[in-house]
Amino acid sequence: MTTATAPVAAGTSKATRHRIQSSVWGVVAWLAGIIFVFPVIWMVLTSLKQAKDVTTNPPVWFFTPTMEHYANVFDSNITPFLLNSLMASVFSTILVVVLATPAAYALSLRPVAKWSDALFFFISTKMLPIVAAVLPIYLLAVRLGIKDNIWTMVILYTSMNLPLAIWMMRSFLLEVPREVLEAGEVDGAGLITSIRRIILPMVSPGLAATALICFIFSWNEFFLAVNLTDTNASTAPIFLLGFISGRGPFLADLSAAATLLSLPVLLAGWVAQNKLVRGLSMGAVK
Amino acid sequence: MTDVITRADEKTQAPITPPRGGAKDRWVRRAPLLPALIFALIVTQVPFLFTLFFSTQGWNALRPGSRHWVGLSNYKTVLTDDRLRSALLNTVILTAGAVIFSMILGLLLAILLDRKFFGRGIVRTLLITPFLIMPVAAALLWKHGILNPDYGLINGVFGGDTAWATSYPKTTIITTLVWQWTPFMMLILLAGLQAQSTDILEAARVDGANAWQIFRGMTLPHLRQYLELGALLGSIYLVNTFDSIYTITQGGPGTATTNLPYEIYQTIFSKYEYGEASAAGVVVVILTIIVATFALRVISGLFKMEEGR
Repeated sequence: MTTATAPVAAGTSKATRHRIQSSVWGVVAWLAGIIFVFPVIWMVLTSLKQAKDVTTNPPVWFFTPTMEHYANVFDSNITPFLLNSLMASVFSTILVVVLATPAAYALSLRPVAKWSDALFFFISTKMLPIVAAVLPIYLLAVRLGIKDNIWTMVILYTSMNLPLAIWMMRSFLLEVPREVLEAGEVDGAGLITSIRRIILPMVSPGLAATALICFIFSWNEFFLAVNLTDTNASTAPIFLLGFISGRGPFLADLSAAATLLSLPVLLAGWVAQNKLVRGLSMGAVK
Repeated sequence: MTDVITRADEKTQAPITPPRGGAKDRWVRRAPLLPALIFALIVTQVPFLFTLFFSTQGWNALRPGSRHWVGLSNYKTVLTDDRLRSALLNTVILTAGAVIFSMILGLLLAILLDRKFFGRGIVRTLLITPFLIMPVAAALLWKHGILNPDYGLINGVFGGDTAWATSYPKTTIITTLVWQWTPFMMLILLAGLQAQSTDILEAARVDGANAWQIFRGMTLPHLRQYLELGALLGSIYLVNTFDSIYTITQGGPGTATTNLPYEIYQTIFSKYEYGEASAAGVVVVILTIIVATFALRVISGLFKMEEGR
């Protein structure tokens, strides 16, 4: 009797210990998550504070929230900046997808002769520091009268995201099973049909993920925007700089603006977090 | 997220067929590639040719009509000047610091997230949030909301009146970068952990290996390529760090946080020394090529594994 129960008892205690252990690690993970996100929570809290509570020391934790600072942000001419950011991000993303998808096709499913050279050429353009090219771009834009023009930003953001998009799309295209393509060919499907009927439906989630990553990078881009735009084509990150006045109360307005402008990317990133790592690693990690 | 393509031992598709056929077929194959290739050549390569040309000119934009050929004297100025050397050193310190610390933290967090616990999906969402905040917004938030000596969160909670951004400029920049980039490293390493075959781990456990032995002997070697990839991509992105330096320290105090991008930016847009800035740009490109050649070898390794599948 005793010999029979002993192993069971040992088993239970082991299971209990295991459960306690894993819940301890769960608590640690939760703590880490909260610590990491805390600056963001602080930003959102600050944006909701009454003006008198913003720059207190020690900080105020309980307060009557106000939407006043969000109203201030909307009153400070945010629309052109938002429109510029939206235009630069959306149009460059469309252009990137239009250029990158056929290129990725020619580097994967129906490869050109030196496809790996081409692939490495694209990634090498990503490695070259933009700061080494900014002067000629700046001077050329001034000379051609396209400085402070949103279409210039569209072109530059397209070239910034092109390598990433090509690598990423290529990794998705390589996943299309070749048997399905061959079966299509046997059934007499032409190139256009097989692209439209077989390839596109299969890679459309990948296409969406690629577009999303390109959108995020364009939306957040700062270096080119600060150097190549003044009044007409300034984008959202530049808008934020306008809130710094050095005096305390600006902080709440700044936090409200920062929260608002981060929101599109935040939502998109949360929704697409499973695809995020693949995009950021240029398709190398799934 | 859970599977990975860079594994040689996965079930394989037939390797890509090398192109065959006549000139017409080759052009048909090339056609879809050409628009992207031409676009990238024009937008990314042509400016560098100009930079190369400008670097041989004595040219300060404040003195119109002063542009003239000076040969390699800009390079002499740039290479003998302390500014570029200190900017180079700062770039290395800031990039390496941010990559190493975000990698360590990312690894720890990835190991935590690899376990099952209540609310794992929510914790992962919380952890990737810093990466999704607009970098300029994050930099402003750190500077004014958290590190401000009078009303920032840190001094507000812990007391004291340390001016963090001026007393510890490099640490400040590295901290904000680590905060933003740890999620990136975590995601890559988590994908690596989850691609590890559970059967093999179970077998090792049955054979009596303890957790640390399994981690050192099996998990770390398996993660190596993911660590390399994270370091490589992190360096590519972080070596160009500009937003947080521009926003938080303006390269200061003195030149304590002036990295190469910020140095060249200043040479162009506040000193108007176009010739010197171009020479510095060319030097940076050459250095990048040296580092990139090494980096491409790493990518190439990952890439071959992918092709071998």
